[in-house]
Amino acid sequence: MLSRVADAIYWMSRYVERAENLARFIDVTHNMTPDLPPGASEPWGALISASGDQTFFEEKYGEPTRENVMHFLTFDADYPNSILSCVTAARENARCVREVISSEMWESLNQFYLSLRDAAGSGPLESPNEFFQHVKDSSHLFVGISLTTFSQGEAWHFARLGRVLERADKISRILDVKYFILLPNIQDVGTPVDDLQWSAVLRSVSGFEMYRKRHHGITPKRVVGFLVLDRLFPHAIMHCIDVANRSLHAISGSPEGTFWNIAEKRLGKLRSELAYLTVDEIIHTGLHEFLDSFQTKLNEAGDGIYQTFIAMEPEAHALE
Amino acid sequence: MSLSSSDENQSRFHFKNYDTGGFYDELIDEHGQPRPGAELLVRRIEELPNGELMHRQHMAERSLFRMGITFAVYGDEQGVEKIFPFDILPRIIAAEEWHRLERGLKQRIRALNLFIDDCYHDQNIIREGIVPRTLLESATSFRPQCVGLNPPHGIWCHVTGTDLVRDKDGTIYVLEDNLRCPSGVSYVLQNRFVMKRSFPWIFDASHVRPVVDYPGRLFGLLEHLAPENVQSPTIAVLTPGVFNSAYYEHSFLAQQMGVELVEGRDLVIRDGFVCMRTTKGFQRVDVIYRRIDDDFIDPKAFRQDSLLGVPGLMEVYRRGRVALANAPGTGLADDKVIYAYVEKIIKYYLNEEPILPNVPTYVCYNEEDRKYVLDNLDKLVVKAANESGGYGMLVGVHSTQDERNKFAQLIKENPRNYIAQPTLSLSRVPSIVDGEFAGRHVDLRPYILYGEDIFVLPGGLTRVALKKGSFVVSSSQGGGSKDTWVIASSPLEAKYLQSQVQQQRNE
Repeated sequence: MLSRVADAIYWMSRYVERAENLARFIDVTHNMTPDLPPGASEPWGALISASGDQTFFEEKYGEPTRENVMHFLTFDADYPNSILSCVTAARENARCVREVISSEMWESLNQFYLSLRDAAGSGPLESPNEFFQHVKDSSHLFVGISLTTFSQGEAWHFARLGRVLERADKISRILDVKYFILLPNIQDVGTPVDDLQWSAVLRSVSGFEMYRKRHHGITPKRVVGFLVLDRLFPHAIMHCIDVANRSLHAISGSPEGTFWNIAEKRLGKLRSELAYLTVDEIIHTGLHEFLDSFQTKLNEAGDGIYQTFIAMEPEAHALE
Repeated sequence: MSLSSSDENQSRFHFKNYDTGGFYDELIDEHGQPRPGAELLVRRIEELPNGELMHRQHMAERSLFRMGITFAVYGDEQGVEKIFPFDILPRIIAAEEWHRLERGLKQRIRALNLFIDDCYHDQNIIREGIVPRTLLESATSFRPQCVGLNPPHGIWCHVTGTDLVRDKDGTIYVLEDNLRCPSGVSYVLQNRFVMKRSFPWIFDASHVRPVVDYPGRLFGLLEHLAPENVQSPTIAVLTPGVFNSAYYEHSFLAQQMGVELVEGRDLVIRDGFVCMRTTKGFQRVDVIYRRIDDDFIDPKAFRQDSLLGVPGLMEVYRRGRVALANAPGTGLADDKVIYAYVEKIIKYYLNEEPILPNVPTYVCYNEEDRKYVLDNLDKLVVKAANESGGYGMLVGVHSTQDERNKFAQLIKENPRNYIAQPTLSLSRVPSIVDGEFAGRHVDLRPYILYGEDIFVLPGGLTRVALKKGSFVVSSSQGGGSKDTWVIASSPLEAKYLQSQVQQQRNE
């Protein structure tokens, strides 16, 4: 398929996933705030940290409050990673590949965009829960429609690749923020506040029930183990990297465990590292250090995908 | 009149009081009776319960919006998008009339194709003095780069969208030939799709001829152009990109044909072939349905500042290693002065009388015509030879003295560049305006495919000037569109045509 088309499909899918993750983060923060005791660390500021765009926010809004953070992350058209901007970008990418995706996919994404634009135009959200549920539902609908109407060839794999890489990145960010900012205070460890926050993290990746089934009691170590290393849960990093790896090999046709290009090499290496890691080793390294290094490697893999399939000088760049 | 009955009149549509206003109406004749083929539709609409027609109109609009068949409104920062206005009342063409139009269009395209081929080869028509040499040589759309080119099977104009208009007396004229990159066919298909949902059973009962096979036929045509040694050719639609106003159509056609949609930047010339950049490397492209004008298609051969095209494309084309539809150079026959000669062109190449007349045209290049034009500017429509979409035009009856003076000056300075035609009173079709029927002026653009044989899509795009009294149907100036129903001459023909479409789909 055309490199430009592959790129657009990859980003279409990434942006939808990004919007969905954002909706989950905001929704969970919104639900969690009433339960927090006075003086507990400010969750809205933490959300901005997780976005990675703190400077942008501070320049425009100053101190984070519930209202301005919600507006920033949801409807701010100037902020390229707001839900509205993500869905707009997803739709623009889809518009460039309308002839490749199914018309059902296009129509669902178009509806998604139109509903957001209407919501953005009608003032502050009356019912945030309902709204964020709508964003999640729309994303799920889009993914579901892709699954049932889109031939599972190269284009489909590029879409899946974009989705799971974006998801892996977001899980690592939310974990990092939880560890670094939500909990600067060692006395809080093991208290109801701590429990509440860890359940919030699980909920923000729709993982609360699945975690319960597997581990029952909430301990930070188990939650980290679950969200980083679980192979079966769709919002666990290991699962995402596994799926990404399979799609990458499906695209190039090379057998898994080998590599024909720089993208496969980098992602395959990352997958192996995760596959032979234990949660104790992660804690030993330090969760933040581990996540930091993971994000770097993930970005390198993303860059490898761009070099291999999109930048398009196939014969010029042989294997490293 | 009691209040309740006036309410009823407002929400219920009927043609009893419909005023054709002295124009030719495509649906209702001068006695207020439906024309042949329209009886069923008119009766059915009058039987609809209160509010139902408006309901269906709104449903149709919503459906177009949901499908994202919209265009961006420029200068609006909110990114407002609008649908191309669509009116649910169709334009109907009876079987016999259509047969005549179809024959006329085929005749015209056959002749124009021979003309273009002749102009880029022996120029017999010029040697014999039918078309003046200076006219050809001064046509800005004549491409010296195309002299001596031999497109596959000798076909230059593969896809044409001829503009037809009907005058007050019922005569249908050819207004423009549009042999370059005519757009609008996607609206024909989408309008039909929406209309089938709006009036499901009237379709079957009226024996409306199908249009759904257009993409399949276009694909067949493109396949037919592939270089001879290529077994299953790679076909691509070449678009200027997502910001082009016809992008939706480019994408729609590529999707419906199941071929690649490429931009100039996706293509490169390698080892003497056109290749596209794919995730698996460079892949050869054999046939390109290009929706970029000649000027921009290859900066090496035409405009050097073009960023849209593919450098070196023309050279590959010249060697027969890629096919282009339409062939570069076809725009020659779109020159409005050349247009004035089309009736002679038909007689010259085919030795036949033209079936469809041209609008009477005064060529300012001829002294006698020029004098008449300058004396009658207030009655005529003046057009520049190489403009389209209503640019470079003077509509005499609506013009000011200043505008007429300006055009008089322009004509005197460059008579070669101007033609003039009498003002036609375009025919009308009832349209929904402010909750009732009002006549609005229309034109018709049928689409013609020239491949192994010539195919005319039954119907075409009916564009409608939604502003009261306006003759300007173009979408940039308040125009909308309607579905166009060509009625099969008998139920048997309708069945036969349906089965043909079915058969083609199964292939």
